Amino acid sequence: MNIVVCVKQVPDTATERKLRSDDKTLDRDAVDGVVNELDEYAVEEALKLKEAHGGEVTVLTMGPGRATETIRKALAMGADKAVHLTDDALHGSDALSTSYAMAQVLKKIGFDLVILGSESTDARTGVLAAMLAERLGAPQLTLAKKVDIEGSEIVIQRITDYGFDKVAAQLPAVVSVVEKINDPRYPSFKGIMAAKKKPVETLAIADAEIAADQVGLDAAWSEVVEFAAAPPRAAGTIVKDEGDGGSKAADFLASKKFI
Amino acid sequence: MSEILVLVEHVDGEVKKVTLELLTLARSLGAPAAVWAGPGITDAAKARLAEYGAEKIYVAGADEIVDYVVAPKAELLAQLVADKSPAAVLVAATTEGKEVAGRLAVKTDSGVITDAVGLGEGFVADQSIFGGGVNVRSKVRKGTPIVAVRPNSTAPEAVAGAGTEEQVSVTLTESARAARVLERVKQEKGARPELTEAAIVVSGGRGVGSAENFSIIEGLADALGAAVGASRAATDAGWYPHQFQVGQTGKTVSPQLYIAAGISGAIQHRAGMQTAKTIVAINKDPEAPIFELADYGVVGDLNQVVPQLTEEVTKRK
Repeated sequence: MNIVVCVKQVPDTATERKLRSDDKTLDRDAVDGVVNELDEYAVEEALKLKEAHGGEVTVLTMGPGRATETIRKALAMGADKAVHLTDDALHGSDALSTSYAMAQVLKKIGFDLVILGSESTDARTGVLAAMLAERLGAPQLTLAKKVDIEGSEIVIQRITDYGFDKVAAQLPAVVSVVEKINDPRYPSFKGIMAAKKKPVETLAIADAEIAADQVGLDAAWSEVVEFAAAPPRAAGTIVKDEGDGGSKAADFLASKKFI
Repeated sequence: MSEILVLVEHVDGEVKKVTLELLTLARSLGAPAAVWAGPGITDAAKARLAEYGAEKIYVAGADEIVDYVVAPKAELLAQLVADKSPAAVLVAATTEGKEVAGRLAVKTDSGVITDAVGLGEGFVADQSIFGGGVNVRSKVRKGTPIVAVRPNSTAPEAVAGAGTEEQVSVTLTESARAARVLERVKQEKGARPELTEAAIVVSGGRGVGSAENFSIIEGLADALGAAVGASRAATDAGWYPHQFQVGQTGKTVSPQLYIAAGISGAIQHRAGMQTAKTIVAINKDPEAPIFELADYGVVGDLNQVVPQLTEEVTKRK
């Protein structure tokens, strides 16, 4: 089985994240890049499926040159090889452009299964997997907390507001996973050493027949009009519990008409 | 006035509150047209939609709209966008709502904005990003604006619309039938409101200390008619089910009132609750970062403070 796991490098959420004043895109240079947390679950799920069913796991990343750090981490966890889509023309791409570019690469490299984290911690749109399914004409098996494959049939448990739906489809398919679907492994020393020798193919947009006028900031379907640091919340009233803390909190709730 | 399509969120034939909010928002920008996807619409539901301003109610009642994951709803909306040329499409920013919006954006070659907490003239949307650290105003510049709006962004106001019903039939493509729902498993959530939609959320964290002790949190939630949430520390420890986790990798809530008990307020948590209108924190550590967000904070042991608060709430109701 040919499994492609999509991984994104995102700014470490523990650092202060900013938009650039010039083009209103994420300032990636100002912060440390880490693997998007939910994508680690995607990598783990890909590895588990490979272990159970055989095949190969390819890491696919779109991002600037430094995203190779993220690729190496996924390879160190055990993925077999990687494709890195990187091109200055991609800078500022929104979800529509990103899904288009990724779909073009996926069509080129082929897949039985595409796995992603259900959202990234930077943009948090949560739309990429659905958009990829739409663009690829592949079944959308998203928000999975469990994935089972038997032959060419794939069944997932899709989380819903009321619990979960059991959803079935035929491969090839697009799967997104939620937190806690598994317990992502840490790269071993051996894995880290082996990752250095694994093949990483670098693609520019022309290599994947990605039209330059469909990607990047100028092509974006939506734009940031303005932005500002959130004003600090007005300092609240903080009291020390002297045995009447609950009662005082109730007074506050009453003053705000909550009770 | 141009139509604004609002995808109705419904469960067991009842319209969810977020839809009434979206109709209210749509009314400030155009003529709201509710879109009911799937079987089960009732006269009461139609009356409710009209009561909150729906001029039109498009009903696509075929079973197959809900027999497959997400794609049929996107095809239904795409057909309506083509037929009715609405000024915009609004969906609730739930996980599924955002997926519908995403597919619709691809189908109609339109821009999409997710997790709006406000929407104004020209469909300029307000968003709060990076864990609440930055406020952004953005807009769609190609196609029909598609905006996923967070629950509790607007207070629903009843101003009656005509509520003219129109049946819609959709012929689904083969690829929209690719992911079939075999079974819906409903997990017991009791009488509490849904976490992402609730007007009040009471959450517990590491300070709660044990699974059993979450009954303190539940007690306060029930007194207030609130939903229960939990921090990642609490769900990781197995004290409360993971689906109730509020935070960066869990649910995002934006209630009128958020009460955090025994939660320090790390970025992981703040990213999921920072747009709450009013925040109350109870924590024994006076240095806990949650107090920087709190409109009202009590430094103290939640085992004392929360039960007393519960008792007071019950008494004063």
